[in-house]
Amino acid sequence: MPLFRNIASMIALLPMIVISLTVFVGCIIYSFVYSLTNSKLVPVMNYVGFDQYERLFKQRKWDVAVENIFIYGFVFTIGCLVIGFLLAVLIDQKIRGESLFRTIFLYPYAVCIAAVWQGAGFVMVLMLAGLRGIDEDIWKSLSIEGVAKWKSYLFVILPMLRPMVVTAIVLIAAGVVKVYDLILALTSGGPGYATTTPAMYVMENFFSRANLGQAFAASIIMFISVVCILAPWAFYEFYLRNKYAAN
Amino acid sequence: MSVIPSGPRPKHLTIGRIGMYCFILVCAIFFLMPLYVMVITSLKDMDEIRAANILNLPKELSFYSWPKAWSQACTGFVCEGLKPGFFNSIKITVPSVIVSVGLSAINGYALAFWRFKGAYFFFGLCMFGAFIPYQVMVYPLLKIEDALGIYSTLPGIILVHTIFGMPILTLIFRNFYASLPIDLFKAARIDGGNFVKIFFYVIIPMSTPITIVAVILQVTGIWNDFLLGLVFAGRDNQPMTVQLNNIVQVDYGVAEYNVDMSATILTSLVPLFVYFISGRWFVRGIAAGAIKG
Repeated sequence: MPLFRNIASMIALLPMIVISLTVFVGCIIYSFVYSLTNSKLVPVMNYVGFDQYERLFKQRKWDVAVENIFIYGFVFTIGCLVIGFLLAVLIDQKIRGESLFRTIFLYPYAVCIAAVWQGAGFVMVLMLAGLRGIDEDIWKSLSIEGVAKWKSYLFVILPMLRPMVVTAIVLIAAGVVKVYDLILALTSGGPGYATTTPAMYVMENFFSRANLGQAFAASIIMFISVVCILAPWAFYEFYLRNKYAAN
Repeated sequence: MSVIPSGPRPKHLTIGRIGMYCFILVCAIFFLMPLYVMVITSLKDMDEIRAANILNLPKELSFYSWPKAWSQACTGFVCEGLKPGFFNSIKITVPSVIVSVGLSAINGYALAFWRFKGAYFFFGLCMFGAFIPYQVMVYPLLKIEDALGIYSTLPGIILVHTIFGMPILTLIFRNFYASLPIDLFKAARIDGGNFVKIFFYVIIPMSTPITIVAVILQVTGIWNDFLLGLVFAGRDNQPMTVQLNNIVQVDYGVAEYNVDMSATILTSLVPLFVYFISGRWFVRGIAAGAIKG
């Protein structure tokens, strides 16, 4: 009986379950299995162990790509956070024309012109939502105590917004790894391969260099890095928090 | 002013407040700069673009780049402009949005109210999918679609957008439904409603706000997509972004920056339009996608 309770719900969720298993889990297994082969133009089951990974790490081009993504990711994440937070704080000051400014700061998010623009706008919205959610009483007590405005933002409000800051960092960082369109549009990875990224390296090996094994190996490395970024956050967010909530 | 100020009114303009306005203005100019350059460049002719600074206003307006970008610019050997891409993008976006939002609403509803053993395990798997880099999934997914016989077709690209949109949309629908009062659901159950009936008569009528948010997220996301359209749509269904890239990245001939700029603006008109008519909802959409409830 308990197994077949909510049978309608099970049927309704069937597409989600099938997609999760075949696409999300299945594709990773597929990519991993074929990253252990020497597939070129078509996937063939010709086991070569971790050769592809060894070759990958010897590639100068891959080194450059990884270096780029680190520099890019670091600058991008910090830039977005700082600018986004500043903008949110300023807009929160009950300035005139708030909606106008908010409109301006967010439009690139809609059009996707360049990454820092987008990201800063995104952080601003997150932070603004957080700032607006802060209890009026906290502001009152801070002003009664005579704490300077910038001090209260830095030492009281920012720590209170920690979950949002963490969420923003994680989402931006996980998004940065995927960066492909933007670099392609701006520089096509050139001059030479100076601005290439791991995502471009993967796509190139898949579709123009017919080097499938290498592309699979690189994509698996990308996947592992995303997991490394997300795992601590997901652990905190979904496990620890539930545990505390239960107590 | 019709807006009622909710904070203490600043007594006079202090140095700090002036500085603050200056900073915001500078930021606003910085944010508007690309749009400004794009618009004025599209209104210049090529001689003027070569001769003058990119920030100067055009001496005389020339509008020829707009119709050219729309219907004559060349992508490879075909010179039909962006027009076919525009219609392809619509053909891709409309069904993809409907299917993915519908499916995710059902998912969210089932997860919020009809939890069964193991449901949250699969929900977790699905959320996990939101963070897997596309590059890991592109090739195997291509193989799957090939086996199903829908690779490089319209249903193929629609399926791909549905798959990649599902995790975030399911999350925001689930969070929205979980925030509804549970008594409402219980009352409907007591009145004899089943899974399907409660969904259609109780839940859907209450879902307008979250549906708007979901539709905005999906329309902008799918319209701006480049990678998936390039790989999965096939030659006949290439979306506007792919054609834009083909126009801009010409390997031969002279690069016509004014046409490129017009084409870029034309491509971004749909998301811009969505953004401007739905500002408030748009902001809510970004926040909903990021903050969990």
